[in-house]
Amino acid sequence: MSLDISFIGILIGSIMASSVPLILAASGELITERSGVLNLGVEGMMIIGAISGFALMVISDNLFIAIIGSMLSGVIISLIFGFLTQSLLTNHVATGLALTIFGIGLSAMLGKNYVGIPGKEFPVLFSGLKESIPFFGPILFGHSVVLYFAFALPFLTNYFLKKTKLGLVVRAVGDSPVSASNQGINVILVRYSCILYGGAMCGLAGAYLSLIYTPQWIENMTAGRGWIALALVVFATWSPIKVLIGALIFGGITILQLHMQAIGFRIPVQFLSALPYLMTIIVLVVISRDSRKIKLNTPTSLGRIFYKEK
Amino acid sequence: MYKYFLRYLISAFFLLGLGTSANAEFKVGFVYVGPTGDHGWTYQHHEGRNAVEAAGIKTTFVESVPEGADAERVIRQLAQSGHDLIFTTSFGYMDPTNKVAKDFPNVKFEHATGYKREHSNVSTYSARFYEGRTLLGHIAGKMTKTNTIGYIASFPIPEVIRGINAMTLAAQKVNPNIKTKIVWVFTWYDPGKEAEAAQALIDQGADIIMQHTDSTAPVQTAEKAGVWSFGQASDMQRFAPKSILTSIIDDWAPYYVERAIAARDGTWGQQDTWHGLKEGMVAMAPYNSAMGADLVKEVEQLQKDLASGKAHSFTGPIYDQKGNMLVAEGKVADDGMLAGMSVYVKGVEGDIPK
Repeated sequence: MSLDISFIGILIGSIMASSVPLILAASGELITERSGVLNLGVEGMMIIGAISGFALMVISDNLFIAIIGSMLSGVIISLIFGFLTQSLLTNHVATGLALTIFGIGLSAMLGKNYVGIPGKEFPVLFSGLKESIPFFGPILFGHSVVLYFAFALPFLTNYFLKKTKLGLVVRAVGDSPVSASNQGINVILVRYSCILYGGAMCGLAGAYLSLIYTPQWIENMTAGRGWIALALVVFATWSPIKVLIGALIFGGITILQLHMQAIGFRIPVQFLSALPYLMTIIVLVVISRDSRKIKLNTPTSLGRIFYKEK
Repeated sequence: MYKYFLRYLISAFFLLGLGTSANAEFKVGFVYVGPTGDHGWTYQHHEGRNAVEAAGIKTTFVESVPEGADAERVIRQLAQSGHDLIFTTSFGYMDPTNKVAKDFPNVKFEHATGYKREHSNVSTYSARFYEGRTLLGHIAGKMTKTNTIGYIASFPIPEVIRGINAMTLAAQKVNPNIKTKIVWVFTWYDPGKEAEAAQALIDQGADIIMQHTDSTAPVQTAEKAGVWSFGQASDMQRFAPKSILTSIIDDWAPYYVERAIAARDGTWGQQDTWHGLKEGMVAMAPYNSAMGADLVKEVEQLQKDLASGKAHSFTGPIYDQKGNMLVAEGKVADDGMLAGMSVYVKGVEGDIPK
């Protein structure tokens, strides 16, 4: 066992890789929630993204099509949620749960013929630099393009929400749909867009699992990551940067506890296994103590049904 | 909790379907812990079910049933809806199976890998996977360059500990310097987590990856990293063609067909079955030619000896980690000891989670 500097670089690299699905799904859900819509279907959208991405890869033999297709499939399935909650005004929580159950079942059915097919190797960028630069090499290079996108996403999301007019519109709709509507904003249209965007990001998160992280299709392969992403959004108090921090802590401690076991630390393994959940909550609660900021970030009308009187 | 809730909902959906199809025809029910598409543990049980179906007997199955309280509801529902024989195919279904069996004396139950037969209508069955582990240990001991074997373990039950011990003993026999590093993941099935555990072990110097979990993620991780690995429960060769040296295959089909026919014809009796290489319940996938012809020959001989009883996975002297003698020189461990195994043998690092 060596704790030298280049080993730590490799470790950080694998922590980053394991956080990607959480960052993508949580960033997408964050936009959805900021517009006042609570979509508990993250797990369902992710698993649909995972199977569509994998199936398209097998059919088309083209990874670009597979990635785009997984995002589109996320959009399509979230459209069901959008139609039910925005046009038919159903309850967000119940509809989201139904979406997850539906997604898991549908993906298993669609995936019957894709079980047992080995995946394709996903190209990584700058793999030469990864080997040649100690410490920074494995952190900065040799990753898939999706990883780079995932790490840029929270900053883009932050910029979008805080600095752009459209971001302001999304926040306004999430805080007070009635006033936003009176200002002439089409609340339903904004919410539809945010739901579809969330679906696209969840689809991509799923495809990351089935095309890049563990390249294969197996039923239920998201294994609860959608729920963790949902929890991250809440514990990060709807701040994109804190979502990134939370995802990294969760991924980091998950990987670290496995290493601690392999090294042979004499700490009860059950405690180690619970550590990622525990630490993520503690850290996010501590860094989010500012109640003024929480109030500022929390979408006031989250999960409430809005309809325009005609 | 969310997972629990979710899986319950899913199970409930399945059961709605099952409940409506009750009639007098002879029916066999199966309860699976994972999805039939896991390509490992549940996949092999499902293959067994397909064989029963092919023998002309009607079957139903419920997949992804969590161990514990929810399992009892599922098993009870199967018993209520007219199933005559029910296979419960995971260790954690042990107590629920016995509980339900008490209330349905006319229904027959078969519980995999357990040891409780509290009622006359409960049989248990398992395979001597440890014989396969012995072969893996022999290969691992010969093939490792770093003398470090990485082992992904699921839950600290005798079944898993027995595998770790059998592998370590066999590896020590051919290579006294080997070290077994173990990572407990506390899941049977989570591809992402299994991949991470494999990567952690590889980063810690293991050049052989072995798993007692059900997905193909560990062998794929090994393939990517360029280290050796072994498939679990079914032949996983096509997921890691270069990396996999062999796989332990569970073949439940002959047993399932035999027991289903016995139950239908009224000759079913309570029994405790523990079959291995000899009966074919445990089989080995073809050996990777990268092992070299000599080693393949050696292992094939050992496989024959284990099947014929000439060799035994747990032949004394065997000591535990503290140096206490478990099996005396020249003796072999009896089935009672194997069934309740709860300590590591000497040479395994770390503590068993309590």
